[in-house]
Amino acid sequence: MRAFAYTPADSPEAAVRLAAEPQARYIAGGTDLLNLMKDGVQQHDRLIDINNLPLREITVSEDRVRLGALARMSDVAGHPGVRRRLPLLSQALLAGASPQVRNMASIGGNLLQRTRCWYFRDSTMPCNKREPGSGCSALEGLNRWHAVLGGSDRCIAVHPSDLAVALTALDATVTTLSAQGPRSIPVREFYLSPGDTPDRETVLRPGELITGLDVPATDRSAESRYLKVRDRATFEFAVVSVAAVVAVRHGVVRQASLAFGGVAPRPWRSPEAEQALIGRPLHAATVAAAGRALVRGAIPREHNGFKIPLVQRALADVLDGFGGRR
Amino acid sequence: MSEEETPTKVGSTRRTVLKAGATTTLAAGTPLPALLGEAPASAAAAATATSPVEVSLTVNGVARPCTVEPRVTLLDALRERLGLTGTKKGCDRGECGACTVLVDGRRIKSCLTLAVMQQGKEITTVEGLARGDRLHPVQAAFVREDGLQCGFCTPGQIMSAVALIGEGHTRSDDEIREWMSGNLCRCSCYPNIVAAVREAAKEMS
Ligand SMILES: Cc1cc2nc3c(=O)[nH]c(=O)nc-3n(C[C@H](O)[C@H](O)[C@H](O)COP(=O)(O)OP(=O)(O)OC[C@H]3O[C@@H](n4cnc5c(N)ncnc54)[C@H](O)[C@@H]3O)c2cc1C
Ligand code: SF4
Ligand code: FES
Ligand code: FES
Repeated sequence: MRAFAYTPADSPEAAVRLAAEPQARYIAGGTDLLNLMKDGVQQHDRLIDINNLPLREITVSEDRVRLGALARMSDVAGHPGVRRRLPLLSQALLAGASPQVRNMASIGGNLLQRTRCWYFRDSTMPCNKREPGSGCSALEGLNRWHAVLGGSDRCIAVHPSDLAVALTALDATVTTLSAQGPRSIPVREFYLSPGDTPDRETVLRPGELITGLDVPATDRSAESRYLKVRDRATFEFAVVSVAAVVAVRHGVVRQASLAFGGVAPRPWRSPEAEQALIGRPLHAATVAAAGRALVRGAIPREHNGFKIPLVQRALADVLDGFGGRR
Repeated sequence: MSEEETPTKVGSTRRTVLKAGATTTLAAGTPLPALLGEAPASAAAAATATSPVEVSLTVNGVARPCTVEPRVTLLDALRERLGLTGTKKGCDRGECGACTVLVDGRRIKSCLTLAVMQQGKEITTVEGLARGDRLHPVQAAFVREDGLQCGFCTPGQIMSAVALIGEGHTRSDDEIREWMSGNLCRCSCYPNIVAAVREAAKEMS
């Protein structure tokens, strides 16, 4: 790890001021940033420690749950109010990383963790995300873990966060602070598609600080589920994952909010799959139609074609939990 | 490793094997400058800002002042500065759990945090568990249940187990397995580790 300076910030405003320095970076848990710096994937002249900022609160109110950016994954997952009102969030968090990492890792840092694409993390290999214009090693390389939806001919990396997938299905909002003041960004608009600039991953401005998340918890009739398919039973990133918030009344789907992980460069939404469900009974034919709508336009690469049937089966499995039949 | 491996075939003790294993791990996982905290040859970064800082780490109840560069991890500070080599470095990437310690009673991976970030916190390492000659119940259970072979992962397993029992995740063997999943064991002692955690939890309840 290259040498850097270290400065703790004592208020969000002070942190944002310090972050005006071009090569400065915030450090929260450090669980992704330090790995990237050890591997020489990222280099920063200064780390701004934001752990003393008063952004750890978890507040459960009548219609929403508010999470401070520095709340730890384990604290959010284990919070009784979160488990009661937003079980999907708790499930997605507990399906990620290990107990030790969850004790360290913050909610804000989780959203900004970078892809596990092994070419991105190997600084000797060409990678458009790490070094724009150098090429994408995954397109013709080992791409078993890579995207089948939403990629471009510049990058097919998948976003690794389970939390982001759950928050997408839950329609959460990210709150931030920058030199231009505070703002709110729906999670659904937070991540960018790779297009020609895979190095740009979110709509955040340089030095913009995530202060927290607002998660609506209004619909008490809807049920939710998170399913994560992994190469081993636990402590592994998703091969594919599904987050679903579904309301079924008198056997008919009234509401369906779906998000998918492991298949795309950003948490993937499929309005087409949702539309295929809404207003219909959860019969095998409906479930199959939703699956087909989901993967329409999918592009398989040499080693990841299996994800196309797998994500459809994962969706069917999740819908099964709401009373669907295959 | 080839040279050190030879003696194991002609009846070496477990300790020689352990030593060879440990040496290999260090050589593979640790760039020397990082261990020594040397300034990089091409010190482009401002020398003053990145130079060593005085920190005081509270380890096993004792304040331990030391001087570290900001980039030194808690793991390297414990092992290389404070001589507390019980905490092991396996992957240095958060993946194996060998470096597990408690900070303010919570288990973390010490390879993924900076020493400068841990000032004012209560750090507990495996050296802080025993009371004189009396082993901690978790340590005793690992010995009794034979929860180790080479022993490299053991300090991390034990620290994780101590925390897990406090968290109350011991209602079934499956639950123990899930909540110990951040600690890998190359010797695959998992059944005995689960038994040790189960027995220690019973004893401590
Ligand atoms: C072994 C291992 C396994 C893992 N498995 C999973 C998994 O299965 N599922 C999963 O979802 N994740 C997994 N993770 C990733 C883990 O969840 C993230 O590393 C963690 O959430 C990052 O949070 P942090 O606080 O440590 O961020 P840091 O490492 O401190 O920061 C990450 C990035 O976010 C920026 N940042 C942090 N906080 C803010 C803020 N408030 N405002 C603006 N920028 C900020 C930092 O500048 C940095 O660029 C795993 C990690 C490890 C090490
Ligand atoms: S998929 Fe994206 S991150 Fe991976 S090598 Fe290609 S450009 Fe880099
Ligand atoms: S050394 Fe492997 S997790 Fe820290
Ligand atoms: S006892 Fe050898 S790695 Fe666990």
